[in-house]
Amino acid sequence: MKRLSRFRRHRAVAPLLLVLALFSIGTTFSVAGAATSSPLTAAERSALIDEGQRIFLKGCSSCHGLNAEGGAIAPSLIGVGAASVDFQVATGRMPMADMSTQAMRKTPVYDEKEVEALAAYVASLAPGPGIPGEEHLNYERDGSTAEGGELFRTNCAMCHNFAGQGGALTQGKYAPTVMGVTPRHIYEAMITGPQSMPVFSDKTITPEEKLSIIKWIKAAENEPQLGGAALGRVGPVTEGLLVWTLGLGMLVGVAVWLAMKAR
Amino acid sequence: MTARERIAGSVANYVDERTGAAKWMKKNLTKVFPDHWSFLLGEIALYSFVILLLSGTFLTFWFDPSQREVIYDGSYEPLQGLEMSAAYASTLDISFEIRGGLLMRQIHHWAALIFMAAIVVHLMRVYFTGAFRKPREFNWIIGVGLLTLGIVEGFLGYSLPDDLLSGTGIRIAEAIIQALPLVGSYLAFFAFGGAFPGEAFIPRIYTVHVLLLPGAFLALITVHLMLVWYQKHTQYPGPGRTEKNVVGYPLLPVYMAKAGGFFFIVFGVTAFLGAVASINPIWLYGPYTPAQISAGSQPDWYMGWLDGLVRMAPPLESYIFGYTIPWNILIPGLIVPGILFTGMALYPFIESWITGDKREHHILDRPRNAPNRTALGVMSLTFMLVALINGGNDIIATTFDLTINQIMWFSRIGIFVLPPIAFVITKRLCLSLQRADRELVLHGRETGRLVMMPHGEFVEVHEPISPEKAWLLTQHEQNPPLALEESDLRGVRRPGVLKNKLRAHMSKAHAVSVPKATADDLKEIEHH
Amino acid sequence: MSNEIEAIKDPGLPAHVHRRTDTDPKAAKKAERQVAILFLLSALGTITLIGSYIFIPQDVFIFFPVLGNTNAHQLFLGLGMAASLFFIGMGAIHWAKTLMPDEEVIIQRHEFRSPDEDRADFVKAAKDGAAAAGLGRRSLIKRSLGLSLGLVGLSPLILLRDLGPLPGDSLTKTSWKTGTRLVTDPGDRPIRPEDLEVGAVAQTLPEIAKGEHRKLSDIAKDAVLLIRLRPEEFNLDAERLSWTHEGIIAFSKICSHMGCAVALYEQQTKHLLCPCHQSTFDVTRAAKVIFGPSARPLPQLAIKVDSEGYLVAQSPFNEPVGPSFWERSS
Repeated sequence: MKRLSRFRRHRAVAPLLLVLALFSIGTTFSVAGAATSSPLTAAERSALIDEGQRIFLKGCSSCHGLNAEGGAIAPSLIGVGAASVDFQVATGRMPMADMSTQAMRKTPVYDEKEVEALAAYVASLAPGPGIPGEEHLNYERDGSTAEGGELFRTNCAMCHNFAGQGGALTQGKYAPTVMGVTPRHIYEAMITGPQSMPVFSDKTITPEEKLSIIKWIKAAENEPQLGGAALGRVGPVTEGLLVWTLGLGMLVGVAVWLAMKAR
Repeated sequence: MTARERIAGSVANYVDERTGAAKWMKKNLTKVFPDHWSFLLGEIALYSFVILLLSGTFLTFWFDPSQREVIYDGSYEPLQGLEMSAAYASTLDISFEIRGGLLMRQIHHWAALIFMAAIVVHLMRVYFTGAFRKPREFNWIIGVGLLTLGIVEGFLGYSLPDDLLSGTGIRIAEAIIQALPLVGSYLAFFAFGGAFPGEAFIPRIYTVHVLLLPGAFLALITVHLMLVWYQKHTQYPGPGRTEKNVVGYPLLPVYMAKAGGFFFIVFGVTAFLGAVASINPIWLYGPYTPAQISAGSQPDWYMGWLDGLVRMAPPLESYIFGYTIPWNILIPGLIVPGILFTGMALYPFIESWITGDKREHHILDRPRNAPNRTALGVMSLTFMLVALINGGNDIIATTFDLTINQIMWFSRIGIFVLPPIAFVITKRLCLSLQRADRELVLHGRETGRLVMMPHGEFVEVHEPISPEKAWLLTQHEQNPPLALEESDLRGVRRPGVLKNKLRAHMSKAHAVSVPKATADDLKEIEHH
Repeated sequence: MSNEIEAIKDPGLPAHVHRRTDTDPKAAKKAERQVAILFLLSALGTITLIGSYIFIPQDVFIFFPVLGNTNAHQLFLGLGMAASLFFIGMGAIHWAKTLMPDEEVIIQRHEFRSPDEDRADFVKAAKDGAAAAGLGRRSLIKRSLGLSLGLVGLSPLILLRDLGPLPGDSLTKTSWKTGTRLVTDPGDRPIRPEDLEVGAVAQTLPEIAKGEHRKLSDIAKDAVLLIRLRPEEFNLDAERLSWTHEGIIAFSKICSHMGCAVALYEQQTKHLLCPCHQSTFDVTRAAKVIFGPSARPLPQLAIKVDSEGYLVAQSPFNEPVGPSFWERSS
């Protein structure tokens, strides 16, 4: 039986992957182009930076300081790099909606162009990790699922759970789910270490290994339910809950009917 | 006589001439079983056990209980090429290469969870209705033994696939063994055949899981059922039901059809869960290695309370003369569970000592009529529930936007504060239910209809309740507390005064009740 | 006892009320049909099971609300099996409830206590038996039997001795030696300090010779977590500070509580959290326990760089790693 090696090639998977790929290309193209292969002229570039500074002053400087030097409630952005800005702003984490323990993923406030400008501005302050280009994110070609799984379990599962569903950290912080995150943002998170997350250097987890991790995450994301309802993929807690509600509920229901006198 | 009857007759004759079975069968086929849904909870446990035997046997045909390292080359792509134990690889094969294998694995695991849940609700039924009283104390102890064995057996089964989650569980079990004073590290090395994890543990617990413990289960369940059979089932109070009789349906055919049918129901429900809900998706956990871990590593629910206790334990360790006693493991992992389970096993004797009641009981108590016992039960359940909640604190924290620290502190304080509160509330609730019963018998049921009296006052019409209902509400005994003299007739203080004082005190607490309505009370009301 | 006052009387078992199926042949016929339908549904379930086993390939997935994109083979096999069993049960119970006699029967309980005569006979028989065996008189036999029975219990204990070796120093020693390189897990690549940015972590193991295979029991003691902070963020005494290298600090990844892998590092708070029981360690203060059940900090591995610039252990761990045990001295 070779069914599982085949399900990835199943009818539904190909269009899905295509849509996913198109989506990530669509959202990344302009930014990625700007940061890496840079077809921009110097003039265009400085215009972009100016635009970014304008957005920054309006939307970010109240917390991060007029020159991105940081403040009482927000860190300095000097040297965090374009990748960090892209991750935080394009996933909607920044600007924060409120001063809660942790910035959440939400609908982005800025569009792609604005994120690109912001990233260019912050990158211009001091060198930092750049946004990975599309050609560096070809995880389907360069990654290995099984190896990625092993890397994920050693480096990521302790916070993000065995299936990437996320988990609790201390004092109300949490590791978010990695399901539904674009490959570029996953990559950026690993190299920049946003919020509670540590940095995973290119020397300890090589770029190819990072792509393997992404490939595994995408495989987990697209894995159909092999054994029925997934119950959140969080382990035995939900299984126990189901037994005490649905399982015992059905059985006791039948028992009550059984012992009821027929009329 | 038809041909079929003739054949049946000659078979019966053949058997009876060799075994004398007819006499026994005659008596037992007409045996009577009282009918109540709560009497089927134990049956759910029994049938789950049968399902576990059947599905477990299926799994043994392919499971390879070995920690020998293999390279996975099965059809589940995300694990292809990885090193793993043969146990884990063969569990993957059962899940993906054997048709129906995953279904059987899921049925086996769901059945195990249902088995444990059914044991617990069965135990609750027996406890709250006082069914453990004389002459059924032995069966209570066997039941507590089955519960304990069930926890161990379940944990071993959960451990067999050698995935990342269960390996973490074994790691923790090893830490508990290792924590034992004096012999801990030796026992751990014997159990694991060397340093953790070694290659001996899975094959060993496999033998225990499929041979030793099921054997013990079979023996204990047999005795459990034989005692039920021989002592005859208890029954709920009601008209015509006495301590001397059993009212119900005969074994043949009604009870046999119902009980037999219920086996299929339990199997069907378990299969349904196995079909629609994923359980223990080991392929997602990955193979076990000690350097990996997943967020939200939890045991199955019946161990969750234990994990919760360990989580909330204070960070205490003693270092005495160069030796270490890890209280943070011993107290929550061994001492508290030991006290709880010993207390539970001895409860029938404790209660009978408190009440001084040495008589047989076959009519069950309504929980409200034993307020102290009911309150103690709810108190214990509250304790367990707080511990269980803490066992899942990380999942609860992320689901309900709380912090693990908050839930931990809630549990650390709650485990001491909430059970006594539950005791007091339950006891009061029982007493007010007793009061309501009394009112109902004396003044009848409120009909909701208002009538204007000739002098203009509005009164609600009360309807007298049926004699059957009145009997149900008043049939229970209300015994005074033990009268224990502190000194004998000559004024000499008796030995064990303190013990007696305690006993008298507890007996008094146990006997608190609202006087039940009597016929005299009713007559008095009629006179007015 | 309060029973001296007149109690309310037991009205006795209420009269039996007939069911519709007892009185109305039509209702009985209907019930019979219902039972038959339930049994037929079960048969249908079995057919579904067989059909799914043979005809549904294992790689077909269909979408179901609630369940998601589900494996059809597994689902229909299971639903068929569930139906085949469930409806047999429903049929049997419905049959029993509607068509089998439902008049409640009363039987009497018997007393468990044996008659006094039997008890006396039993005691006599037991005494006679003991006397015949001469246990009371022959105290030599009694004592030696006691001795041998007591000793016989030892044999299984002694026979189980070879279950495993003695611990020896296995619990206190790890593979880390002076100069052992830290290599990535997985990947087995040595690490230079400059490979780690501030805020970075690395999961590491001791380097092994090429072609050698790591045993899980070694990994269970050797796993080490590398964390890089700004050196000024440390709050360590001079000795512990000398165990770090340019802000890089190394801890045993095996929890000092119950041995889980402690690797949830929060970069901002510098806290390490164990996902099993939530012991929380402060990295800046040498993994001091700041929350949870663990009673000891995580052992710290002293590190430095070797001549080629790779991170190595300065010395082995100076205390046993992992959960506590009796012989552990502190």
